[in-house]
Amino acid sequence: MRRRSPVLPAGPVAPDGPLLSVRNLRKSFGPNLVLDDVSLDVAPGECVVLIGASGSGKSTLLRCVNLLEVVDDGVIELAGADITDPRVDADEVRARVGIVFQAFNLFPHLSVLANITLSPVKVHGVSRAEAESRALAMLERVGLSDKAHARPDELSGGQQQRVAIARALVNSPVLMLLDEVTSALDPELVGEVLSLLRELKDEGMTMLIATHEMGFARQVADTVCFLDGGRLLESGPPEQLLGEPREPRTRQFLARIIEAGRL
Amino acid sequence: MARAPQPLSAAGQSGWQPSQLQRQRLAYRRGRAIRSAVTATLSTLVLLAVVIGAVTSSPGWPRVRETFFSWDKAKESLPDVAAGLWLNLRVMLICAVIVVILGLTLAILRTLRGPVFFPLRVFAAAYTDLFRGLPLILVLLLLGFGVPALSLTGVSFQPVVIYGGAALVLTYSAYVAEVFRAGIESVHPSQRAAARSLGLSNAQALRYVVLPQAVRRVLPPLLNDFVSLQKDSGLISILGVVDAIRAAQISTADDFNYTPYIVAGFLFVCLTIPLTRLTDWVARRQGWYGSGGGAV
Repeated sequence: MRRRSPVLPAGPVAPDGPLLSVRNLRKSFGPNLVLDDVSLDVAPGECVVLIGASGSGKSTLLRCVNLLEVVDDGVIELAGADITDPRVDADEVRARVGIVFQAFNLFPHLSVLANITLSPVKVHGVSRAEAESRALAMLERVGLSDKAHARPDELSGGQQQRVAIARALVNSPVLMLLDEVTSALDPELVGEVLSLLRELKDEGMTMLIATHEMGFARQVADTVCFLDGGRLLESGPPEQLLGEPREPRTRQFLARIIEAGRL
Repeated sequence: MARAPQPLSAAGQSGWQPSQLQRQRLAYRRGRAIRSAVTATLSTLVLLAVVIGAVTSSPGWPRVRETFFSWDKAKESLPDVAAGLWLNLRVMLICAVIVVILGLTLAILRTLRGPVFFPLRVFAAAYTDLFRGLPLILVLLLLGFGVPALSLTGVSFQPVVIYGGAALVLTYSAYVAEVFRAGIESVHPSQRAAARSLGLSNAQALRYVVLPQAVRRVLPPLLNDFVSLQKDSGLISILGVVDAIRAAQISTADDFNYTPYIVAGFLFVCLTIPLTRLTDWVARRQGWYGSGGGAV
């Protein structure tokens, strides 16, 4: 079942060069061009934050990196290997790249513990006992040890999202993709998820994050990228991009955000 | 219905006593409830009286009562009809198991992606189209009388009940396949995306994420189909199998008294009622969970 793909290196990460390299990526849904010639690099341990209005292509970019979408053109390299090559085993890529969705997407018929152990047991061939002890450690890590046997619908939104993060982390991914993980949460719960992400960053996790939380972007990001209409308009360190953006469109977007009281 | 108003004493932990106003409200509601119950009883009794009066006062009633509702005839035919019903029950149970397996297989075949599976997809679609469209009675006749007439070597002697059961399985697995497929397609694509993003293959995502949710959702309509199967198992009587209906028919042939049919009908209803109640119970329990689940 599990084929070794010829192009993917078996080791964890290439020591030099970016962990993730996106070059000239293009993706359209029917007549809508969603990503137009997007290029960006993420170095190991770096935290890159994507900002931009809804529909600017942030989510699609993340879904392309996780091979949930097939790109129309361009190249995505993970640790130096081209993962857009159609011969690559998508499952193998996904097993090394964690993604967390805006709507959590926990499996409602499984307990919290079973949600987390499903992939290690079924995909990675870890024994159930080993997977459960790892899952419990991960739950401890996200502060939800007491919820191991709860069902997802018994948890608050923030707790569900933390379980989703634990589920993505349990496979020890080399890269985490986070797609507006706080957008479905009320302001009080946003904090618990963001502080978890901050800790992850401090532990050296490489992350690519789409978010509307500018304050979080300012604190955590090494690089902020502004997407507009499928194009990557500008990128830079957070204090520069959020403080004195070069592009008028970026200034306009940030002005709106400030107006809405979210910066 | 399950949530009766809290008895007054249960609320006493924090020293709360209902106010005068609340007591008046409760008394008023109790009064209304009693009035509703009395009205419902009266109107039911009146309607029953009218119907019974109209039927029994009709000129042909004595003959109808003798022909369809003869107590002596009922007692006489009951053992044979009940023995026939035992056959219906066995046919139904065995068919139900095969139908679930076949239906689920067909549903999965129809949801398979990839060019390799094209012929399987087409086969499954054609199968469901054909057997949902064909009247069950035609399938029964074709199998029950047509196949034995072929005089195939190796299957020269087989009881007709096998063909009857096969016809039921062919028809009902087409229905059940569609029920399963509806369930599979009702699971939101984000669930599959989440499963795939964790590295699960398509088959694993189907097995561990999509199917468990799909089956839970379609349990009520599925049980509904089994209630239907249970009663349609009586149709195999047209092949000459001595089931409840056939036993009743044999018994009526003695003296043209149709009471045995009523007996068979009564037994079938008694048989389906538990399954119908089970269906209701499952549906209610699911609705309960569903309302708590929200948009996951």
